[in-house]
Amino acid sequence: MKLVFERSRPGRRAGSLPRYGLPKADVPAELRRRTPPRLPEISEPELVRHFTALADRTFGVDTGFYPLGSCTMKHNPRVNERVVSLPGFRDLHPLQDEEGAQGALELMWRLQEILAEVCGLDAVSLQPAAGSQGELTGLMLMRAYFADRGEAEQRRVVITADTAHGTNPASVAMSGYELRKVETDDRGNLDLDDLRAKVDERTAGLMLTNPSTLGLFDEHIEEVAAIFHDAGALLYYDGANLNAVCGISRPGDMGFDIVHVNLHKTFSQPHGGGGPGGGPVVVREPLEPFLPVPAVVRDGDAFGLDYDRPKSIGKVRGFTGPFGVFVRSYAYIRSYGPGLREMSEVAVLNANYLLAKLRDVYDLPFDRLCMHEFVLSARNLKREHGITALDVAKRLMDHGFHPPTIYFPLIVPEALMIEPTETEPKETLDAFAAALRAIAKEAARDPQVVKGAPHHRPVRRLDEVKAAKRAVVKYGFDEHPDLSRTPSEGEALEAQKGA
Amino acid sequence: MAADESYPDDLRYHAGHDWARVEDDVATVGITWYAQDALGEIVHYEPPEEGASLAKDESYGEVESVKAVSEVIAPLSGEVLAVNAKVVAEPETVNEDPYGDGWLVRIRLSDPAEVDALLDVDAYRKLLEEQ
Amino acid sequence: MSFLSLTPDDRQAMLEAVGVGSVEELFRDVPEAVRLGRELALEPALSEPEIVAHLSELAARNADTTRELSFLGAGIYDHYVPAVVDAVLARGEFLTAYTPYQPEMSQGVLQAIFEYQTAICELTGMDVSNASGYDGTTVAADACFVARHATGRSKVVLCETLNPQVRQVVKTYAPGFGLEIVEIPHRDGVADVDELRSACTDAACAIFQQPNFFGCLEPAPDLAAAANEAGALAVAHVDPVSLGVLEAPGAYGCALAIGEGQGAGNYQSYGGPHYGFIAARSELIRRMPGRIVGETTDLAGERGYVLTLQTREQHIRREKATSNITTNQTLLALAGLVHLSWLGPQGLRELGETCMSLGEYAKERIDLPLVFPETATFKEFAVRVGRNAQEVVRAARERGVHPGYALGRDYPGLDDAVLVAVTEKRTPADIDRLAAVLGEVAA
Repeated sequence: MKLVFERSRPGRRAGSLPRYGLPKADVPAELRRRTPPRLPEISEPELVRHFTALADRTFGVDTGFYPLGSCTMKHNPRVNERVVSLPGFRDLHPLQDEEGAQGALELMWRLQEILAEVCGLDAVSLQPAAGSQGELTGLMLMRAYFADRGEAEQRRVVITADTAHGTNPASVAMSGYELRKVETDDRGNLDLDDLRAKVDERTAGLMLTNPSTLGLFDEHIEEVAAIFHDAGALLYYDGANLNAVCGISRPGDMGFDIVHVNLHKTFSQPHGGGGPGGGPVVVREPLEPFLPVPAVVRDGDAFGLDYDRPKSIGKVRGFTGPFGVFVRSYAYIRSYGPGLREMSEVAVLNANYLLAKLRDVYDLPFDRLCMHEFVLSARNLKREHGITALDVAKRLMDHGFHPPTIYFPLIVPEALMIEPTETEPKETLDAFAAALRAIAKEAARDPQVVKGAPHHRPVRRLDEVKAAKRAVVKYGFDEHPDLSRTPSEGEALEAQKGA
Repeated sequence: MAADESYPDDLRYHAGHDWARVEDDVATVGITWYAQDALGEIVHYEPPEEGASLAKDESYGEVESVKAVSEVIAPLSGEVLAVNAKVVAEPETVNEDPYGDGWLVRIRLSDPAEVDALLDVDAYRKLLEEQ
Repeated sequence: MSFLSLTPDDRQAMLEAVGVGSVEELFRDVPEAVRLGRELALEPALSEPEIVAHLSELAARNADTTRELSFLGAGIYDHYVPAVVDAVLARGEFLTAYTPYQPEMSQGVLQAIFEYQTAICELTGMDVSNASGYDGTTVAADACFVARHATGRSKVVLCETLNPQVRQVVKTYAPGFGLEIVEIPHRDGVADVDELRSACTDAACAIFQQPNFFGCLEPAPDLAAAANEAGALAVAHVDPVSLGVLEAPGAYGCALAIGEGQGAGNYQSYGGPHYGFIAARSELIRRMPGRIVGETTDLAGERGYVLTLQTREQHIRREKATSNITTNQTLLALAGLVHLSWLGPQGLRELGETCMSLGEYAKERIDLPLVFPETATFKEFAVRVGRNAQEVVRAARERGVHPGYALGRDYPGLDDAVLVAVTEKRTPADIDRLAAVLGEVAA
């Protein structure tokens, strides 16, 4: 379909602006724009049709089942969209006087209290913009904490699991720490022997997701915590998988000192085609002085912003964080109340049920009860029929489902990482299991159909090699290249590799 | 198109799936058929600078496919005399001709004795069988 | 619970299929000692009408810009958000999709991001834009990271006229990135070209803001040239709304253009979520942080879009990635694209001109001295109110007008200065009222 720029016709426009009849102000000649930006010239009817067509070519949770492992693609209640649009929130300027923002400040304070209780820790900063920024903030807190104790030079190493999300090692590098990886044992827990060998007086801390990206709760989490605390190091909890354990087990009770919460996962911020998110950090009391400024504080019946935190790491984002995300998550949590536990229970029940329906047709690398997600391997299909996890994912599209996360975690070959979430009905889980079973059969009977999938989407498999080599990352107007004229040999090669 | 699997007899090999063609104190270096096949179609080559020193067993550059990055390991130590501009411009050359036009760098050896520690083709084939 | 879909019968059947007797049993791998063992101490659940009532009550205690005549700006602006923006963002497909890892499911959002990238490149005169950063502060830290690796240098020069919050965020990131920060003071509201040039010796980059935090127009082409002469990357932090009338950073030699996108398409929302943009010249493409969408074709030769150059990113390159960013601000960036499309080139220019005209009108009407009278401004300017500006703000608010941001918190010498912002939503009559109120409360 056409780009919005290709719908452009000189002289058309959608927007109208007030005209106040004031004299035109002068822009100094050397600063004046010489060539106007080639924004679309389009009427409002055409504009609406264009974006409606783009929406039609996009699959969201509202469209159907979206079991993208590790992303917690749950239903987003519409009431959250209603309350976030209240003018008192939507049209509030972030530099409004505290006296004129009491409702916003109270909402944030209340959300902080909730997150502290859910995490079993003491103090909260809502400021980080997303999970990965929460990670970075957590590592900055670690650094500030050790610097305050005179141990910054000594403690240079942060340990991550070999199952970790890529953000963990990336955050470690961006925060200036050295990375060390610890292996997973044959039950899917951290390998304690490997861990003991790697933790020493140079260790600043551990970054861990629990349950892990394998969807497994670490059975030795108390020993893990003791190993780090005995070495004077801290434990950081990557909250990516918090949806499994709300009201059941709290990171603070597991021994973690710093947590980030992915509000967009556990507490239902719509994912928006890639964002926004929210990544508050929650810490044990000794780390509170280092949290970002300003802090949202309560003084009797009044709420305020406290900038006077001399040990603070500073600011990681503008103002007090992505406020609209807080409104939605606060509304979501208030809908459950203490019943948040049931949310996690059903998330875990749904995942185990789906696992039970699939375990005999796909390889199961770690045969345990799972938490909110599980990881299967398509290596049996690859070995027997040449069908890869990528092929399975593409064929699922023809059944009307969004594929799961594939090829992650890295320690599982041909991984299919499936997270159904608590909001799905049993019928959907049954239909999804039936589709995955049908694809496994089809892989044996008619592998070419699977390899050629998807067959019923607006486009067929796309040539990612061509995209990377040509790097056409914007519309070129009159000089826009016609990529259909370039032969597409890359795709065949890439599809055969399966990733 | 991708080349057929082969491992020429006249090359020396490194366990990191690199090869070297040694002529006096100059070596031409690249990655083996196995390495390019494992990566898939190569879309980018990040070369070292000419004049840079390479240390044996250490990374001197990167080759990338769409979904993977692989460091390329120097089989021998030396100074970079030339970078293969053809591969910089057309990285798929490595897939098409890994031992010919798809070479990555040419180096002047700083310790020619290191050559003795490299694998010959039989030893490298044996290594591949074990993988 | 209204967001769950299982009936009691479903649960029973599912537990049987799993082979456990109870939900409790599903958690048998969680060691006893780390279980909570009690109910969460949270307030009772609320029904949907109660949620709306409770949040409406909280919202009512905020003095938002629909209820109070406000001239607050300082980085976030009360520009008009067109109705089509709300309509597009309400589409559940855009709202509830995630990062388009599977392009065949996500052509719509991928194309929208490609269009956004194009719009940002057109505005800034750059070759490549990513799919968005968190906000106008974090993209500055991103730009420093790009510059550090592109130049191999570790010094970063920040103009004091760059938004204080942006500078604070860069300073927070600096130790982890191994950056040394140098700030150059303002001279009558703008950066001094010679001071910038000498500070840029051995620097990775210099960041200046156009229009700057005071609303003043910097000698941006000269600043960029000075940075370039010293071998530092010139980075312009720009307001998208200004780029219909002000020159594009790409046209005066900047290597990177960054900024806060809020003014294009986003509500103020007490500071977020918004989007930051980062765009660069083509030679920096492999150092860009975050998602980038590229055009390609499918098996049948049809045009399509995919996430591309992913080997830069954390899920592949891990500790060597160009950034740790995963979740970005796509929905807010989409709002920006819709707003910019609604305006078109003509509308964007008119918007900038209207803001400037209103600004000049306000400068005339307000009978107070300008802090930087010699410098041209865009939509914001600083006035001296003759006494502590915080007190003046308080007194003006009691009269129903928020006159703007008191600069003293960030600039100790400017305790008596208020930064006044006008957007196209403020009428000449609104400005007359501001002038009258300031006349009453200023000393």
